[in-house]
Amino acid sequence: MSHIPAELRYAPSHEWVRKEADGTLTIGISDHAQALLGDLVFVETPEVGAHLDAGGACAVVESVKAASDVYAPVAGEVVAVNEQLADSPELVNGDAYGDGWLFRVKPADAAAVEALMDADAYAAHLEAEG
Amino acid sequence: MTLRRTTLHATHEAAGARMVDFAGWSMPVHYGSQIDEHHAVRRQAGMFDVSHMTVVDVDGPGARDYLRHLLANDVDKLKAAGRALYSCMLNPEGGVLDDLITYRRADGYRVVVNAATRDKDLAWMRDVAARLSGTLAPVAIRERDDLDMIAVQGPAARDLCLPLLPESLRAPAEALTPFTATEDGDWFVARTGYTGEDGFEVILPATATPSFWQALAAAGVRPIGLGARDTLRLEAGMNLYGTDMDEQITPLESGLGWTVAWTPADRDFIGRQALERQQADGGHRRLVGLVLEGRGVLRGHMSVSAGEAGQGETTSGSFSPTLGVSIALARVPADAGERVTVDIRGKLVPAKVVKPPFVRHGKALIDL
Repeated sequence: MSHIPAELRYAPSHEWVRKEADGTLTIGISDHAQALLGDLVFVETPEVGAHLDAGGACAVVESVKAASDVYAPVAGEVVAVNEQLADSPELVNGDAYGDGWLFRVKPADAAAVEALMDADAYAAHLEAEG
Repeated sequence: MTLRRTTLHATHEAAGARMVDFAGWSMPVHYGSQIDEHHAVRRQAGMFDVSHMTVVDVDGPGARDYLRHLLANDVDKLKAAGRALYSCMLNPEGGVLDDLITYRRADGYRVVVNAATRDKDLAWMRDVAARLSGTLAPVAIRERDDLDMIAVQGPAARDLCLPLLPESLRAPAEALTPFTATEDGDWFVARTGYTGEDGFEVILPATATPSFWQALAAAGVRPIGLGARDTLRLEAGMNLYGTDMDEQITPLESGLGWTVAWTPADRDFIGRQALERQQADGGHRRLVGLVLEGRGVLRGHMSVSAGEAGQGETTSGSFSPTLGVSIALARVPADAGERVTVDIRGKLVPAKVVKPPFVRHGKALIDL
């Protein structure tokens, strides 16, 4: 069973979102997603300053096996990216919800995050996906 | 469709393997970390359950002449029992039906073919034998479903494996030179593999498989899944059938020209005329290695631009755990130069053309 922190929000495409004190949102991929992908060898993060549309492909995570798109859970502007992933993509495998974060956005609509799944709903979503 | 299972299926599941459908078989893709498994084989020793591959014994007084017609390489190169030969089996158009290893035995031959091509291969082999039945002494083609196969590979593989073989095989197996084999009863040990490392491929009776596997594990040999098998063989510059070549592609376009035995000129093997025509015409595409110079990961079926020489395509690509960069095999125009660009999801990324293998015996063979 994969780890699903209760304080985060989740998108059906397996991104997680954490609300920071300054109103920005930190985004990564879930423990379930990293486990499915296997050992990551390359992460392409968006550019700082880029404007993301909700649901748009904005980053790529690649394992030895395959490449997978990461979708923006909400619309907004990228304010930071995890520079460490350029040299250490395996951080996503080791600490998906911590050091393995991907990027941070200033949301276009602060309330949009509330429409995402909470931990229980995401657990049920994983169950349904089998 | 129900997936076929090898003798070790439950053992793999108990070891935490992630099982996937591979050519109709439920096989382990990794047991936790594909990269750790890859390094274990390069640095120490790993074992692969390759029992999904098919062992076919070809016997009878017509076996030699039959195989000399069936295969693009010449089994007459096998001067003594125990020698092994890598070959392609071609259709009349020169396309590759499969790649396989043939071992000469005391009274016949043993052929090991790919799992994905099992049914097609056996049907073809029987068809060819039937077609020749009037002109050739009898040939018996026998699929050995009673046998399993375990590959033990890595710098420590032979030392760890030898004491676990049946007593009668230990000394002969220790004395094997690369690409030779020895056997006793239903145990067959070959110093061959698909990783670029030293080691053995052991064909054994299915009844002996679980205890042999457990003994190897107890000796410190790690189980390795198909994921690492793929990155290991790619680094070793070894083709994967169905990915790097198929029925539409000839050995000359697959980096396998060296496996075609042109002499003696009067040996009539299937596909010979087509290959001779292609060779005479020249200008055919060739399979090369690529090392990615920019960021990203090469995969199969990415478009390769060789400038004025034209376009090509990657056939296999991955991240190379040993080299720490992305590598690929690619089919490119005959006169492609040393630099190409690869279209990675819309971005043109530069890559260097190299001659595989990329890695052999744990060491990089290319300049990065």
